[in-house]
Amino acid sequence: MGSHWLSWVLFTPLAGMAVLLLLPASKKNLIRWWANLAALAGFLVSLPLVFRFDKHADGFQFVERADWIPALGVKYYIGIDGISLLLVMLTTLVGMLAILSSWSAVQERVKEYYAMFLLQQTGMIGVFVALDFFMFFVFWEVVLVPMYFIIGVWGGPRKLYAAIKFFLYTLAGGTLMLLGILTLYLQHFQQRGFYTFEISELMKLNLSPGLEQWVFWAFFIGFAIKVPMFPFHTWLPDAHVEAPTAGSVVLASVLLKMGTYGFIRFSLPLLPQASANVVIVQVLAALSIIGIIYGALVSLMQQDWKKLVAYSSVSHLGFCTLGIFALNPNGLAGSVIQQINHGISTGMLFLIVGIIYERRHTREIKDYGGLGHVMPVYAVVFAIAMLSSAGLPLLNGFIGEFTILQGAFEASRTWAALAVTGVILGAAYLLWLYQRTMLGEVTNEKNRRLPDLNLRELATFLPLIAWAVWIGVYPKPYFDVLEKPVAQIVERVRPGYFAGRAAALHPPAASNRAPAMEAAR
Amino acid sequence: MSQYYTSLDHFALVPAIMLALFGCAVLLFDFLLAPGLRHRRWLLVFVVIGQAFTGLGLWRQQSYLAQQGLTQISAFQGALTIDGFSLFFNWVFLAASFIVAVVSYRFLEIEGEHHGEYYGLILLANCGMFFLATGTDLVTVFVGLELMALCFYVLVGFLRADRRSNEAAMKYLLLGAFSSGFLAYGFSVMYGLAGSTRLRDVALAIQARDLWDPLVFLALATTMVGLLFKVSAVPFHMWAPDAYEGAPTPVTAYLAVGSKAASFALLMRLFTGPLWTLREVWEPLLAVIAVATLTLGNLAAITQTNIKRLLAYSSISHAGYILLGVVAGNPTGLKGVAVYVLVYTFMTLGAFLVVVALRREELLGEDLDDLGGLMKKSPMHAVLMLIFLVSLAGIPPTAGFLGKYYIFLALIETRHYVLAVIGTLYAAVAVYYYFRVVRSMFAGEEADRVPVASSYGLRLALGITGILTLVIGVYPEPFLRLAQTSLAR
Repeated sequence: MGSHWLSWVLFTPLAGMAVLLLLPASKKNLIRWWANLAALAGFLVSLPLVFRFDKHADGFQFVERADWIPALGVKYYIGIDGISLLLVMLTTLVGMLAILSSWSAVQERVKEYYAMFLLQQTGMIGVFVALDFFMFFVFWEVVLVPMYFIIGVWGGPRKLYAAIKFFLYTLAGGTLMLLGILTLYLQHFQQRGFYTFEISELMKLNLSPGLEQWVFWAFFIGFAIKVPMFPFHTWLPDAHVEAPTAGSVVLASVLLKMGTYGFIRFSLPLLPQASANVVIVQVLAALSIIGIIYGALVSLMQQDWKKLVAYSSVSHLGFCTLGIFALNPNGLAGSVIQQINHGISTGMLFLIVGIIYERRHTREIKDYGGLGHVMPVYAVVFAIAMLSSAGLPLLNGFIGEFTILQGAFEASRTWAALAVTGVILGAAYLLWLYQRTMLGEVTNEKNRRLPDLNLRELATFLPLIAWAVWIGVYPKPYFDVLEKPVAQIVERVRPGYFAGRAAALHPPAASNRAPAMEAAR
Repeated sequence: MSQYYTSLDHFALVPAIMLALFGCAVLLFDFLLAPGLRHRRWLLVFVVIGQAFTGLGLWRQQSYLAQQGLTQISAFQGALTIDGFSLFFNWVFLAASFIVAVVSYRFLEIEGEHHGEYYGLILLANCGMFFLATGTDLVTVFVGLELMALCFYVLVGFLRADRRSNEAAMKYLLLGAFSSGFLAYGFSVMYGLAGSTRLRDVALAIQARDLWDPLVFLALATTMVGLLFKVSAVPFHMWAPDAYEGAPTPVTAYLAVGSKAASFALLMRLFTGPLWTLREVWEPLLAVIAVATLTLGNLAAITQTNIKRLLAYSSISHAGYILLGVVAGNPTGLKGVAVYVLVYTFMTLGAFLVVVALRREELLGEDLDDLGGLMKKSPMHAVLMLIFLVSLAGIPPTAGFLGKYYIFLALIETRHYVLAVIGTLYAAVAVYYYFRVVRSMFAGEEADRVPVASSYGLRLALGITGILTLVIGVYPEPFLRLAQTSLAR
């Protein structure tokens, strides 16, 4: 059992789903209990990964490798490094909380709902642990089907439109990405004489710059749609707004990270020349910055609470991609931490919208006001989530955004200057939202008797709040875990980066606040 | 080479003999047995026994090849060739005819058209398919083709009281006969060139000629038209939606799977055999046709409201993907064709079987709305249909993905990047219409309260197709090896 630990993490939700399917559909509470237990089990089995993870080790840990389809050279090959460790933990935790949050929100087709969620958990974990590109692609696509159903069956009024839009966008991107994958696979056979999808083997390829760029763009479409980056973001507001609360939470917290993770795990290490290509870097940084500012501006304009949070994701994910294409340790480490942060804070924000929607069945911001008087605990939780998302120091968002901006500054001052406006706008739309909904007098009579958070609802927030504070106050463990993998990726994309910095001998001003860089030197 | 009938000839022919023998015997039995419905189930048992014997014959051929270490057996002075290719396709045909036979029982009962001929025709059509995959002689394959087609003309129009069925049969007959004419013309030109009907002689004769020789081109063009009719490629697809819609649903399934697979078997025999040297000529033509087929199939399917018509257009688009495999033409592509035909068979059969189950005494069950709320009424059928549709859409980890995977791989390998991109984009379009069906099953309101039709045969067939669609997707290794053997010749 010990050596197959990661497989346990991967398949526990699926096993939970298999048992769930055998339960009678009429016993809703039994199904709810079981689904929550399965999700809890999924989280608990993932905890040993944290304790047993060796942050000083190079390469991947908890590796398992076996033949899957020898005829194609496909392997069952999984393992994690610091980057995937954090994302796996985010997935198991947020998945568990999302399932917990659905207890009373979902009354129809309860069995199918939880089955889809558990299936999706396995799919998402699979994406983050797969080290075989074929396997990655399979999990990547597997995630689509449950999410289609979660949006399309349990969603809001325009759920069918939103669901199919989400599906088609992601699928189109995914299949184009598949062509890129196959190109690498065939190149590998031509150059080295055997077929494989293993990332570590594909990294040994020598690609011509032209081909590498084509493959990069093929990957880009797949990942950028998922993130989503600026011109490909239009599916996101629809999907987020129409999805049920737990669906939005998982979508924002975890699913979007599949795209950024793809860039970090595949685009950068497999296609280092293309990733460092000046034009490509400029284009991606520009798209990221447009995303940051555009997402923030659109958020400012929203009348709908949930849509506001949805567009804020576009803005925050812009920071993540900007950090990646800063192509330095700060940018990358900050990007990964910001991915976790976004998962925590946006997850909370969606939960907050969901709770009020469950009570009032409206998401119009103007229907609310002065909720702080009626629901004090709720207001406090919202304040924490809002401030964490806005990047207040001592909460998680600050650490991520700050480190990314540091990385961006190192790459280009213009980028940093432009991106920083996103932080300001972010604070603006979030604080304004808080002001309009929570502060002042109770403007709507219907809001006067709203019940405050119950224990279960509070329980969905507490782990996330604790995590937010932890990252905000003491982020060192996170930078420690990320140090090795990030350094490897940077060295791969920009060979000699660290040697060059050591030779230059002028310590960056921010070194005391950025352990990643310190260790890199 | 002996002029006489040898034991090897007999050995090669056993499956066909079994099919023909049992097919004719069914006709006779039905005539001899007392009228009434009770004995029909014995007919079905009899049919299955016949198929079991056929399977035994195929299995013995397979193990003989393996034991002797041969790649092929040539029988009847080269008119028949038993090789991995023929065996592979024959297994597919046999599986299709078995599944169609067992599900038809309940369907015909509901339709009130239960006659023994039906089973006889199914077996005889299978016999025709045998010759399409096995024959390496122009006359043999043509007779096989006509045997299959004639059976289908009757089967499509089997619901005598149904005007749609009659109309479908008439359209199919006219266009089918027309296309057979083209094929016969092409074959006759080939015979004129070679002075022999053996494919290998034709191959030599064509090889000896100039690439752009007008006679050669005439043979190629007419043969191609005839074949493209049979596989329902654009612009020769017009018969398919009407025939598919009007035919009794199990026959539609058989037509979509058996007839198409057999036609592709013939297409592969000819294009990788005598016509291979003309590759430079037909490759661009076929590429254009494949893209047109993908375009029309996928776009026309979007607006369909009849589920059988929708699946008909979907089957046209799948023909486009298979043709892309032929266009790529390298070993990966040809293996891809075999893999695609295999997975296509089970997922398409499965999807049609769910439609078969929706046909109930009072209800036609062919409209998209008739699937409404299927998840509430019969979760098992809804989930199975979901698996088939996801597979048809080519999403892993179902079998359909594997077919597309090979086609894309082959296209990239042969540097047909544009075709590959077109193929992937249409894969996304396909999701749209397949998920329209999913949508009405899961999100729609219950269309009626009548439970879906059920029988042992139907359940068995749905189980087999569903499990295979998943198993091939999750653990394809043995099936890929099987497909690999189909190329060893």
